[in-house]
Amino acid sequence: MSGYLLQQIVNGLTLGSLYALVAIGFSLIYGVVRLVNFAHGDLMMIGAFLTLALVAGGEVAWAIVPLIVMAGGFVAGGAIERLAFKSIRGAPMITGFIVTLSASVAIQNLGLMILGDQPRNFLFPSVFRERLEIGPVSLGVIDLAIPAATLLLVAAVVAFVQRTRLGIAMRAVSENPLAARLMGISLDRAVLVAFGLGGALAAVAGLFWGGKFGQIDPLMGFVPGLKAFVATIIGGVGSVGGAALGGYILGFAEVAFVGFMPAEYAGYRDAFVFGLLILILLVRPQGLFGREEEQRA
Amino acid sequence: MLRLEDLQVTRGRTEVLRGISLSLEAGEIAALVGANGAGKTTTLMTLSGLLPIAGGSARLTLDGRELDIARTAPDRLVAAGLVHCPEGRQVFARLTVEENLRLGAYLNRDDRRIRQLLDEAYALFPVLGERRDLSAGGLSGGEQMMLAVGRALMAEPKLLLLDEPSLGLAPQITERIFDTLAELNRERGVAMLIVEQNAMLALEIAHKGFVMEAGSIVLSGAGRELLEDASVVEAYLGGAG
Repeated sequence: MSGYLLQQIVNGLTLGSLYALVAIGFSLIYGVVRLVNFAHGDLMMIGAFLTLALVAGGEVAWAIVPLIVMAGGFVAGGAIERLAFKSIRGAPMITGFIVTLSASVAIQNLGLMILGDQPRNFLFPSVFRERLEIGPVSLGVIDLAIPAATLLLVAAVVAFVQRTRLGIAMRAVSENPLAARLMGISLDRAVLVAFGLGGALAAVAGLFWGGKFGQIDPLMGFVPGLKAFVATIIGGVGSVGGAALGGYILGFAEVAFVGFMPAEYAGYRDAFVFGLLILILLVRPQGLFGREEEQRA
Repeated sequence: MLRLEDLQVTRGRTEVLRGISLSLEAGEIAALVGANGAGKTTTLMTLSGLLPIAGGSARLTLDGRELDIARTAPDRLVAAGLVHCPEGRQVFARLTVEENLRLGAYLNRDDRRIRQLLDEAYALFPVLGERRDLSAGGLSGGEQMMLAVGRALMAEPKLLLLDEPSLGLAPQITERIFDTLAELNRERGVAMLIVEQNAMLALEIAHKGFVMEAGSIVLSGAGRELLEDASVVEAYLGGAG
């Protein structure tokens, strides 16, 4: 196998991991409230800057930085739900659409006001910047850490949703919120947990994003967020595993487009991704692994 | 146990319940019968705390504690022992039979007790035990009804609200369900408020009955009496007598 091909595979795996982490949040949130949260990608930005602040402060051991970032993402995700979405629950879909877009713009502009519009160099613990030489390829430790950590997190979320009392309750809410309430399940709690968990995963994706690409800015979350949403659609909305798989498929497809098309096409990678979305919606609107969504009254 | 006084509920601008009053004592079965759209389902949804009360009062007395339904969250009502088995069964189709049953005991944190309740549910409906790991969506209509009743029993109800338990079921299955309900009432003292279009069926096991029409209770009496009252049969029960 050529070094170039192997390098592309590694790139696809890392980019796919980042999309997967964000896509799971879209899926969890959509599952419990039938809301596409366009502010979800901006939690990546919040996670990235939280990481930068923690590392720049230099007081916190790097090993616990991801844990603090995830906790911060959980709180930020929950706060967005309480502040922006709780009051519009049950409103028509178009209302949710507008409110989540507004929340996204508000978060980005708050970021610009506080942080300025200049990209910052991301500080990352030096361990992750070391490179390993494996035969002809040189791999950053970060390239291995991202997929490994992602797989661990995906497995943890799947186990949570499948096995725990609260996870089963969230699946119940997703399927039939009225019956779930009759069981004594609190919708508020299920929704908060979905936003919080999604936020935690998006925030840690922001940490990885900074580590992978080296620069962060207040608008960094929006386009990757939209692409992760595409990944959710590809995988099929409503299942954690499907969303994660959609993330990897999109990551590989995007890397393949950039890596194997003539160089002058590389600038069209975003167009390629959204073209893929249109194609999927035309051919298989329920996603590759989704079931057909029943209409809800 | 349950006391409704002049209960009014509006949905949108329509007055759906126009001041209904009824009471139910511990250990009693009451049937709420009447035509489609009379407000029977609305009554049950309101009692479960899912619809706002526009006027009048709904009070629940359980274990000596009085709860004002207008001011109590749905999960607190379930915890107190008011359990609602909704119209159309509403089992969680993608979840397994056992996950459905466990959700019935969602507010119970005592694993040993949940295990006992599961065993009781499987003893009551052995077919559920055989299918415990299958998704509920694959069950037949009758099995789903058993699952819905089993799931409601997992919450250890003191007052069970049942909405159209016979809907869409074959007569012999319906009979089996009603036998089970009567037995639960006799042996465990579970009080029930049963909404039924098949009024004969419900009045037969009920201690008392209420006939609803256009958001009001137009007639009430002992279950047998209503059943034998020719005018009731004529007017509300489809004239089958």
